[in-house]
Amino acid sequence: MFDDPLVIAGRSFRSRLIVGTGKYPSNAIMADAHGASGADMITVAVRRVNVTDRSKESLLDYIDAERVFILPNTAGCYTAEDAIRTAHLAREVGLSNWVKLEVIGDERTLFPDNVALLEATRVLVRDGFVVLPYTNDDPIICRKLEEAGAAAVMPLGAPIGSGLGIQNVNNIRIIREQSKVPVIVDAGVGVPSDAAMAMELGADGVLMNTAIALAQDPVVMAAAMKLGVEAGRLAYRAGRIPKRMYGSASSPVSGTLAAVAASGAPR
Amino acid sequence: MKIQLNGDPYELAGPMTIAALLAQLEIEPRRVAVEHNLDIVKRARYETTTINEGDAVEIVNFVGGGGGEPVR
Repeated sequence: MFDDPLVIAGRSFRSRLIVGTGKYPSNAIMADAHGASGADMITVAVRRVNVTDRSKESLLDYIDAERVFILPNTAGCYTAEDAIRTAHLAREVGLSNWVKLEVIGDERTLFPDNVALLEATRVLVRDGFVVLPYTNDDPIICRKLEEAGAAAVMPLGAPIGSGLGIQNVNNIRIIREQSKVPVIVDAGVGVPSDAAMAMELGADGVLMNTAIALAQDPVVMAAAMKLGVEAGRLAYRAGRIPKRMYGSASSPVSGTLAAVAASGAPR
Repeated sequence: MKIQLNGDPYELAGPMTIAALLAQLEIEPRRVAVEHNLDIVKRARYETTTINEGDAVEIVNFVGGGGGEPVR
């Protein structure tokens, strides 16, 4: 019943929760939160090495690459060229030919530039990458990304780091209905009920960073998010009841004392 | 001799290989990727790729991030 892996590009993941590595109070807390989240895919950013101060610890000291799959991302890229270049550098580190592809279109909203995203997806698929594009919650661009060879589509629930929850429930539902590749809701989750909602809508997974990293207790929040994702997934598989306008009794309607009294005479 | 290292001017004693530069900077080669004049250098070529006057070298690694962080 619980054997229900997330499969992307032929690779199976036990957990449907994917977590980030940014904004944690410390690397040690991050490692504990990762453990509590149960995630077996973790996303990392690519940046220039600090050549003047080598005292900083390496992020990779705090991730067990034997146990979890490392998903490099192109966070912070504002053009297709930068994202493509960053993806190639990330692949060269040698841990993965997968990329969470981001091409940001605007600093204030951090919404994706979908035109550049589509272009970068085409190039990177051609170059042999497994491409997971972070995109707007727009069914049309999601369809085009899938046609371009994306291994999954990752529509946002709300702006990155906003914690607003799923803003466009109907679009996420439509994207799930039309997509043949996995749909990962990426960004915007604030609390476990947001993650559960994404999963109840049929999302195949949820990716989050800030909601865990900046919670007052990231480790406890990571555990809560794990449960939220699992609850939502089970509910989706179980099949929800239809919504109704009016009440519908869940106890038998015949044989109550009140029914006898209301009818005015014994039967 | 002067090169551009990660976008900034950097002084080297003279031409040297990528491997020698990484050793000088105390950088673990297995955790980084290197670009030399905009071309990615495969790890197997670190010993044979020489950096010369005016070259541009980029050394990147993995850092914490989920998404959307602005370019610093």
